[in-house]
Amino acid sequence: MGFVELDNVALRYGERDGTLALNGASLSIERGEFAAVVGPSGCGKSSLMKLVTGLHPPSEGAVRVAGDSVTGPLKCVGMAFQNPSLLPWRNVLSNTMLPLEIVRPHRAQFRRKKAEYTERARKLLATVGLDGFETKQPWMLSGGMQQRASLCRSLIHNPDLLMLDEPFAALDAFTREELWGVLQNLWMEQKFTCILVTHDLREAAYLADVIFVMSARPGRVVATHRVDIPRPRRLETTYQQKFVDLIHTIRDEIAQVRAQARADVRAEVPAESRQVAMQTPKVA
Amino acid sequence: MPWIVIIGLLALWQLVVTGFRIAPFILPAPTAIFEAFMQQRGPIINNALFTLRNTLIGFALGIVVGLALGVAIGSSRLAYKGLYPLLIGINSVPKAAVVPILVVWLGIGQLPAIATAFLLCFFPIAVNVATGLSTVEPELQDVLRSLGANKWDILRKVGLPRSMPYFFASLKVAITLAFVGAVISETLASDDGIGYMMLQASSQFRVPLMFAGLFVIAFMGIATYIVFALLEGRMTGWATRGQQGSMGGGG
Repeated sequence: MGFVELDNVALRYGERDGTLALNGASLSIERGEFAAVVGPSGCGKSSLMKLVTGLHPPSEGAVRVAGDSVTGPLKCVGMAFQNPSLLPWRNVLSNTMLPLEIVRPHRAQFRRKKAEYTERARKLLATVGLDGFETKQPWMLSGGMQQRASLCRSLIHNPDLLMLDEPFAALDAFTREELWGVLQNLWMEQKFTCILVTHDLREAAYLADVIFVMSARPGRVVATHRVDIPRPRRLETTYQQKFVDLIHTIRDEIAQVRAQARADVRAEVPAESRQVAMQTPKVA
Repeated sequence: MPWIVIIGLLALWQLVVTGFRIAPFILPAPTAIFEAFMQQRGPIINNALFTLRNTLIGFALGIVVGLALGVAIGSSRLAYKGLYPLLIGINSVPKAAVVPILVVWLGIGQLPAIATAFLLCFFPIAVNVATGLSTVEPELQDVLRSLGANKWDILRKVGLPRSMPYFFASLKVAITLAFVGAVISETLASDDGIGYMMLQASSQFRVPLMFAGLFVIAFMGIATYIVFALLEGRMTGWATRGQQGSMGGGG
């Protein structure tokens, strides 16, 4: 059984006529596995994040993490988003250490072990190339550096599960590709379970062990691809035939679900106009 | 720059009064006002200190209550729905109309002045703190909640620091409103304070003395405003980083 399990999950925001974000979504992710979720925009990828972390309960189906049913927010998840969302009144070091002030058992020991934790944060910042920036305020850093700090914040407490919601989407292409390498190194050292939500197929194929392709809303998993390309992967890897073929396959699948979604919309419109056409003769 | 404007205005005032020969009981010249101040400086300063004390006590109460209400309104939808209309209602009642009621409850003098100062100044504090709390990014709340943070953790680590710029900005408005409140109450129901002194001066047609009172109030208002503006700069420098790139408030 997987570390993260979604079993036929539906998620509806609001009451019965609210938006159906997910429907019949199932997936399974092993412990220590790096999973990526891709799909057309609005397919409920971010809803998936809320479900797995327990921030939003499923409307139907079951969500299990580490064998237990998820009933409320998990207590030890790392998260990073497209927006680095660092706290502007704290410097980089203190931003990174924020989770240690909250997660049990660290929060009770925070004052006592502050020196040890500071050392841990400094080391982690150094591995992403932020040594020398510890005492800078976040707004003094570039977007890419802020995102590195945000990654460190999501990993400082050695979470069992790391959730990344398009963390590199707002960065320029060079910085983005550089941070793929940074993230891959961190993962290869710590082997946390990771779920990466992204629009970028190259990013998914570069980083992930397994890629889930989702359909248009209401989202469900329509294909699963295992990426058996050896690590560490490099930028040159992304130009290999095997890599390119994989991306083409996924791109086709997403094009299909998008075409299907458009066809569904078109199928609804004529149905209404047919009704009108049938009524008109009666009136005449 | 502000000094040049003030001195320029005073000079213009002096010119107009002497040039058009305006009677001192209609508009006294700045020199006459200064003369009145120097003659009566003992009582004026005593009365001013009385007013200042009432204002500051009312203001302190306003901070405590405003902060508490702001936190309640900003962090709970239920409190927001229940309390906000009530707050708007309280704030729209002219405070001069409340003073007679306060006199029935609290007598005359110091207590109604403190109460009026408080009533005028707690509202902007509450509204600003609530606004600050409601601007916390939902993503950040998600990050903290999935670390096992409770509501109090989120408030302490993110909500309150985030609303500090709003809080200090509101203090600058609230302190001047507190002066308005204290002086209104003293004018209506007191036998001490700057407001009372001006009422006395008015009944005796000592117009220069009334203006001296006005100047003293304005001076105290500006002085306390500057204190809180400086405090704001020290405490929330991170929020005005664009202007000076200061490192204040970090850590």
